[in-house]
Amino acid sequence: MPSLVLAHTRYFVIESIRVPIGILASALFPAIAMLAFVVPFAGGDPQAATMATASMMFFGAMSGALTGLAINVAQDREQPWNPYLRTLPAGPFPRFVGRILSTVAVMLLSVIPVLLEAVLLTEATITPVRLLLGLAVLVASGIPFMLMGLLIGFLLSSKAAIAVSQLLFFPLAIVGGLLLPPAVLPGFVDTISPFTPARGAAELLWAATAGSTPDAVALVMLAVWTVVLAVAAGWAYRRDEGRRFS
Amino acid sequence: MTVLARTIEATRRYGDVLALDRVSLDIRAGELVGLLGPNGAGKSTLINLFVGLRRPTSGTVELLGGSPGDPVTRRGIGVTPQETGLPESLRVGEIVDFISAHFPKKVEKGELLARFGLSDLIKRQIGGLSGGQKRRLAVALAFAGEPKLVFLDEPTTGLDVEARRALWDGVRAFHEDGGTVLLTSHYLEEIEALAERVVVVGRGRVLADDTVRAVRDIVGVRRVSLSAADLPDLPGVIGSEREDGRVHLLTTDPDRLVVELVRSGAPFSGLEIRPSTLEEAFLTITSKESAHA
Repeated sequence: MPSLVLAHTRYFVIESIRVPIGILASALFPAIAMLAFVVPFAGGDPQAATMATASMMFFGAMSGALTGLAINVAQDREQPWNPYLRTLPAGPFPRFVGRILSTVAVMLLSVIPVLLEAVLLTEATITPVRLLLGLAVLVASGIPFMLMGLLIGFLLSSKAAIAVSQLLFFPLAIVGGLLLPPAVLPGFVDTISPFTPARGAAELLWAATAGSTPDAVALVMLAVWTVVLAVAAGWAYRRDEGRRFS
Repeated sequence: MTVLARTIEATRRYGDVLALDRVSLDIRAGELVGLLGPNGAGKSTLINLFVGLRRPTSGTVELLGGSPGDPVTRRGIGVTPQETGLPESLRVGEIVDFISAHFPKKVEKGELLARFGLSDLIKRQIGGLSGGQKRRLAVALAFAGEPKLVFLDEPTTGLDVEARRALWDGVRAFHEDGGTVLLTSHYLEEIEALAERVVVVGRGRVLADDTVRAVRDIVGVRRVSLSAADLPDLPGVIGSEREDGRVHLLTTDPDRLVVELVRSGAPFSGLEIRPSTLEEAFLTITSKESAHA
């Protein structure tokens, strides 16, 4: 079974590297935002630059998790290739795990430009241990957004999935304090911010990379979101299985 | 002979639509069976039951002595993907490796590609292949895991004559080595070229299950339509129906039928002769049979 997981992961990774639209879409915006806003306005302050870099990295990873999975899963369901694969002697498990692992790979690849900019152009500092911890937190906090991507991908057509995932992604990132730090968010936005999932992810990342104290409400809400989205994605998966393979 | 795949009274509904209606069918080892029928007849549903993509609403489906839903059972079968869905960015060799990884026994990559005339394309990306090359690759994938039983869905639709012959040769070679094939098509020519046994499906039922020769004779049926109040007994009529004052007669020899009709002196008008479609021919014949029963 592990060799099949490997075969499916390899297949997805080859696809996403040869047609790197997903990686580019996730990497480009945070790389530009980093140059335009973080480098000139926070680049000189080590603490602020480190936290802003973490925010920008999560912005890219969140895009890879949410929009990447939503679009890929929705498109996959529309391709005749997908039912063909189900006639092979394997259940849906290896392909699903391969899909998740390759999504994590895309998330990690898409943060590289921001990381390089931080090293070369800002005063952001980090120890190797904190960097590794930060990357682990980045992947772990990506889970609720992967679940959100799966939910959308299993429920909607690919066209609708593109629109809905984008529509959710930007507001969640902004309200979560990824583009502007919470301190400069307008009052009412800052009030609802801890209740949205990206804020909890950001709080965890800031704590891991810059040693800040995370907001307790935001962390609890992140856990709540993760559970709710897991239940919803599980329901959407079973619904899709029932419609196409029963 | 060993039965490799079997349905017993298999019925499948999609909501209110009855796609398969109590179909019982045996596919025995070493057979090359053609599944013939128009679009929407139930061919795809039947194949989907055999390869484990769908479950019957009622009845039983057996594959290689087990259940098609069990992945281990499916190690013994090969299925053709639709070439439109092949992953464009992968190379031919990579996709063969990927599919082969699912099977404990596998055909060597070079040999598999050579069998379908694809050896030169091993490093090419699938997106750059012609339609015919993709089609051949899709069929080759069905043979990657050394299957006992192969399901080929419309294998040569849209291929030129040369590519079609190359593909047929590949399928025949597999069959001569003892392999079993279930082939679907809505073209009789394709089935005639490969199959020994033909199963005709229409409206979810098996309409005929016979040798290629017998089925070809039925497909040669013509439909003679005319308006007439009363008709004498005419020779060679294998089916008839009346609608809106017109009579439709099915016959293998329309010339003789018309000659006899004129000779009988019975008044008629609006004579029309045309080939019957497969579905028409079979439906008329089966409804006649059931009316007699």
